[in-house]
Amino acid sequence: MHEYSAWDDERAGEIITPWCTAEGGTLPALHALMAEFGAVPDAAVPLLAQQFNLSRAEIRGIISFYHDFRRTPPGRHVLKLCRAEACQSMHGATLAENLLARLGLTWGATTTDGALTIEPVYCLGLCAVAPAALLDEVPQGRLDVARLDRLVAATR
Amino acid sequence: MSARVFLPIDAGALALGADDVAAALAAHARARGIALEIVRTGARGLYWLEPLLEVARPEGRIAYGPVSAADVPALFESGFLDGAAHPLRVGRPEEIPFLTRQTRLTFARCGIVDPASAADYEALGGWRGLTRALALGAAASIEEVVASGLRGRGGAGFPTGIKWRTAAAAQADRKYIVCNADEGDSGTFADRMIMEGDPFVLIEGMLIAGYAVGASKGYIYTRSEYPHAIAAMNRALAAARAGGFLGANIQGSGFSFDLEVRVGAGAYVCGEETALLDSLEGKRGVVRAKPPLPAIQGLFGRPTVINNVISLASVPTILAEGAKHYQGLGYGRSRGTMPIQLAGNIRYPGLFEAAFGVTLGELVNEIGGGTATGRPVRAVQVGGPLGAYFPPALFDTPFDYEAFAARDGLIGHGGVVVFDDTVDMAAQARFAMEFCAIESCGKCTPCRIGSTRGVEVITRIQQGVDVEKNLALVTDLCETMKFGSLCALGGFTPYPVISALTHFREDFTRATARQAAAE
Repeated sequence: MHEYSAWDDERAGEIITPWCTAEGGTLPALHALMAEFGAVPDAAVPLLAQQFNLSRAEIRGIISFYHDFRRTPPGRHVLKLCRAEACQSMHGATLAENLLARLGLTWGATTTDGALTIEPVYCLGLCAVAPAALLDEVPQGRLDVARLDRLVAATR
Repeated sequence: MSARVFLPIDAGALALGADDVAAALAAHARARGIALEIVRTGARGLYWLEPLLEVARPEGRIAYGPVSAADVPALFESGFLDGAAHPLRVGRPEEIPFLTRQTRLTFARCGIVDPASAADYEALGGWRGLTRALALGAAASIEEVVASGLRGRGGAGFPTGIKWRTAAAAQADRKYIVCNADEGDSGTFADRMIMEGDPFVLIEGMLIAGYAVGASKGYIYTRSEYPHAIAAMNRALAAARAGGFLGANIQGSGFSFDLEVRVGAGAYVCGEETALLDSLEGKRGVVRAKPPLPAIQGLFGRPTVINNVISLASVPTILAEGAKHYQGLGYGRSRGTMPIQLAGNIRYPGLFEAAFGVTLGELVNEIGGGTATGRPVRAVQVGGPLGAYFPPALFDTPFDYEAFAARDGLIGHGGVVVFDDTVDMAAQARFAMEFCAIESCGKCTPCRIGSTRGVEVITRIQQGVDVEKNLALVTDLCETMKFGSLCALGGFTPYPVISALTHFREDFTRATARQAAAE
């Protein structure tokens, strides 16, 4: 389970500063913001632009290019379900669709109680134990309906 | 009493409850007053046996698997610490047929060595490649890699030594070594296993590369989807630095080099080397046009050797044992060994490192044991999401870059994903286009627009709308994408689509057949 801080310009500045002098520091800075705040909100854009001496458009361009960078924090738990071929071969797609339908969610959405966000992921390197997922960075393999339900129930 | 056991910390083993097993082992040992040392190793790559617990015995290791936390009390009762009989006892792991059939060079230590210990790495033959490289000199080390015949294991198969020669000859104020650890292909996990199970072999490979071409800095660019590999790599880098294997004047050689892990952010296209370089520079991961080659103008415009994890991790054994040893194995122009990854719907999933030349049928049926579900094998996708689907009729194809190309496929990074007879190949073809649309960097039109049009056209085929016309259209679209795209994402997405159309055409005409039957 993740505990994220509320957005704070000063704290964000402290996180970004050490990366400004590093080679290619924008991605590590964005990851560090994600780790602290659970997201890279719009308020981060002018701050990043100023510190990295880039335009706001360039910063927005970088943030929007990568699937990982969220504009709003996720739920208390994040379940990343693999949608790639090896998991498909073990019927991962049906498993995922049924779970989303039962929870009334679409990919990337969070349950109304704020407990769980379900994100798609394309390969976790767990193709030998498919279908696979990451729940708050803990790998889960050979998922079936019962195991997936237990995991989801434990988050709520 | 005291005892030593080994239990994988590999993400695949964790996914099957290895941490619960470790906790149960520690608790039971404590209750019984046994001083138990639990060494967390990487995985040997026998995933149907994970979590695979091994006990250190005077006669060698004795393995038990697959072990769950619930099995732990009974294991203690039966005396597993003495290697005693138990229904889960598999005996000496080295004698498991899946391992005896392999030739493990790159993965020789993976699953055996303690991935957090530089001393254990050295005790199991580590750093010998670097020592020999430093003794040979930079130019001779490059020639050794050239002579080994090693080709890029990321997928493109370009001779590694030639890349090194080019970067070595380039003049610049600084040069870089970049390890492409952005292993995004479904069905592949060899890079992850090395980073989690034997990270020092990758560090050693990068040190040799840095010394050979005159680079002072290296980056390992890996995926955010691999949190355990990132942690293992960072642990190993700290240990290597503490041991004098990174930093200034490495082992008194006068050679200075440092390494850093950088993490991607969920973009598949960043596995393409030029997109990776842009991402590493902190930009959008957009593909660059070549030339200039990265070896001449790469990271920050400097000469850069960019190699896959497995290419770099194969270098220490080549230097330590000599080019001849490596070159002597293989098939045709594919020399040495290839870590093949058996994945998906397969009975014995895992890592199979073997000399090139083993056939696809041997891999799937004999070594892999057929499907996990017990149903007939219908299709095998080789080489990730951009690789072709092979039917059993092509199972005589030997694992070799040229042999797969001759059958309109590719071996890529060595992933083999098996599907049983419940697979709908039109849906797989549609997914290939959908994936390309999601992951396209947007630089070139055939990939950016073609993939979305591809999804639409295949959807119409699935719905039975103008099937013949739309089949012709998707074939034509694939031609455009194949020859008009800047990189392999748009250029190779046609492989799964066209192979599905060629070998499994009945799946595309099913809607028409249904309509005809209804009339």
